[in-house]
Amino acid sequence: MSVGGRLWQAVPPVIREHDTRLIVAILVVVSITYMLLGGLQAYLASESNLLNAMVNSMRFILLTAIAYALLTLALNLHWGYTGLFNIGIAGFMAVGAYATYILAAPPGGRPAPGLGLPVPVAILGGMVAAAIVGGIVALPALQLDADYFAIVTVGFSEIVRLSIQDSTFSGTVQDPNLDTYNVVNLFGAEFGTGGGRGIQAPIGPPTDVLFEGTTAVGQPLIDLGASYGIGQPVVTGMTYVVFLGILVLPAYYVVSQRLGNSPFGRVLKAIREDETVAQSLGKDTRWFKIKVFMLGAAMMGLAGILWRGRAGYINPQSFRPLITFYVFTALIIGGAGSNTGSVIGAIAFTSLLLNGPRRVAGVIDSAAGGLPSPSNFYVALSSLDPAMYAGYLVSEISALKFIFVGIVIVWLMQNRPEGMLGHRKEIASSIDLSERPETESGGGVAATDGGVSDE
Amino acid sequence: MSEPDGAGAGVDTAPVETNVPDDVEVDSDAGDSPIEEEVKEVPPGLPLRVQNLRKRFGGITAVDGASFEVEEGSLTGLIGPNGAGKSTTFNCITGLHEPDGGTVLFEGEDITGLNPYDVATGGLVRTFQIARELEEMTVLENLMLAPQGQKGETLTTAVTPGLRGRVKTDEEAIREEVWRTLELFEIDHLAEEHAGNLSGGQRKLLEMARAIMTDPTVLLLDEPFAGVNPTLEEKLLDRIHTLSDRGYTFLLVEHDMDLIMEHCEHIIVMHQGDVLAEGTAADIRGNEQVVDAYLGEDI
Repeated sequence: MSVGGRLWQAVPPVIREHDTRLIVAILVVVSITYMLLGGLQAYLASESNLLNAMVNSMRFILLTAIAYALLTLALNLHWGYTGLFNIGIAGFMAVGAYATYILAAPPGGRPAPGLGLPVPVAILGGMVAAAIVGGIVALPALQLDADYFAIVTVGFSEIVRLSIQDSTFSGTVQDPNLDTYNVVNLFGAEFGTGGGRGIQAPIGPPTDVLFEGTTAVGQPLIDLGASYGIGQPVVTGMTYVVFLGILVLPAYYVVSQRLGNSPFGRVLKAIREDETVAQSLGKDTRWFKIKVFMLGAAMMGLAGILWRGRAGYINPQSFRPLITFYVFTALIIGGAGSNTGSVIGAIAFTSLLLNGPRRVAGVIDSAAGGLPSPSNFYVALSSLDPAMYAGYLVSEISALKFIFVGIVIVWLMQNRPEGMLGHRKEIASSIDLSERPETESGGGVAATDGGVSDE
Repeated sequence: MSEPDGAGAGVDTAPVETNVPDDVEVDSDAGDSPIEEEVKEVPPGLPLRVQNLRKRFGGITAVDGASFEVEEGSLTGLIGPNGAGKSTTFNCITGLHEPDGGTVLFEGEDITGLNPYDVATGGLVRTFQIARELEEMTVLENLMLAPQGQKGETLTTAVTPGLRGRVKTDEEAIREEVWRTLELFEIDHLAEEHAGNLSGGQRKLLEMARAIMTDPTVLLLDEPFAGVNPTLEEKLLDRIHTLSDRGYTFLLVEHDMDLIMEHCEHIIVMHQGDVLAEGTAADIRGNEQVVDAYLGEDI
């Protein structure tokens, strides 16, 4: 048995056999590990406020893990269930977030003006915008095979990012008399994207409502944090993470599960397996593809708003194609086609690959108390000094982790292409299909022609 | 795709019944066309009628003016040597290919060039020459997929909490039907197996069971016995006869002349894209053209 298999067997069945408990357990393990790592680093760096560093470390990993989980769940609908190879995730996030910010930004705002709508309306608008754009992008999917469709989506993603970045629509010059005037005027509504300068709107974590003034919930929380030396930003940040964790993530998960375990999901699976068969059974696969693509795009848009757009400011750099690549990696690790796998993959990816190396390097750096930092690989290598090697590793960790990610993907593709949970049979039905009707008499009397597979 | 020219070369025996020029697009509401007039003449009982069907692939004319009819409740066989255009005819009927000319009438309606799902929804369902299973789905899921117009197939009913109950009731009814069909085809012991793990013969059974689950009126079986061992072949034939007795109409493409001769009431012989002969087994055996074109060469 492999190491992974042994580890898996070591997990108590109470947790192993319940998806929700499994996810919660993994989140708890990751939280504690990151608290310890954060605390250790702060301790080694002789920081006074250990608990603050620990909670902040946990807050950060949970935020990232949950954000990626939202995106992998959405991607799982596209790619895992339907086989639609969407590599434009960042583009849909950008559409959702930018639409929200443009709708919510004040009319005379800087760097770019917006429409000044209330934030909830703006968020809804952002999701609708992402869904509509998703529907438009899905149209070529009706004609194109997977690979070609993938090219369309990545092209779309870049078009979105570059259009946002371009000064033509940025609205940064708001004087109509100037030649460089670039506010977009759509049926009298004036707005801009902010271009490379980004866009601001009065959008914050919805949980901040709790902390405005002296409310019944917010103030005690802040006081509680303060009594343990945890600063207010960490307390509010952590509250937002809890909000995402107990409301948004379960909502995404439930929607995905319901969809997967329904006749709708069954048709999606059939499209993934063999679209011609689905059509030959009378399923109008076009509508299924368009609908699921719109839903997934809206979910990606909302994830973009809640994650990248949580702090009142976004810029095009928040939506680079790299995110798309990361989300795919997370889904491949977890197992495409499984919702639980999507969430676990996102947690594993963010905690082990995306942030793990950096966190560990930070601890090592603090422990060693100022390692040498060689300027390049050659200098480090030729020094023949282990301290220089360690220093190089630590200082270049954010670049080196890509190599690490690459190795993991190559290993996975060769040894476990179905991911952690992709092998599971998640039956696409709202009921237990194995339950036979009672009217049946003998049942399974004759074997047709022998074994299960005699090819 | 070259434009259709006159009658295809090399076929001098074409029993073309209608005289529609092939460059004329026949659309569904062409009330003044000779085809429409014929619709009114023909009594019910001919659910599937193919008239002057043509399909070209580049310079090759795969189907060249084929016309035939399938009687209601019959077991009709479509035979012919390799390259006779049998599979292409199937694909044109079921909407996988758009014919270059001719008409396909299903229960009196023109279904020429409709999408595969529209054809299937109407009750004309096919299987494939190489069994196409949804491999990562279980046998149960394969069958559950088939029924038309399921309540849970819309996004909102699938997700909205309050509507979930209806979906379940609907699915429970389907599940019962699915198990009955599995028992009929004697693959109920494989119910929870992934379709990809089934043997070639079992896949053929599954495919036919799945087609039945769509509640069709006419079933087109594309070489249902290819790669199937004799025991299973018997079983498949037995099921086809059972279903035929229940009133389903079958049109099956087959290489094996003897098999068709023995089991089909009506036989259509295709050769070089056209119908060479039609009739009962005795008619076909006595047809010299068939013997020349097919039996003489291949058997």
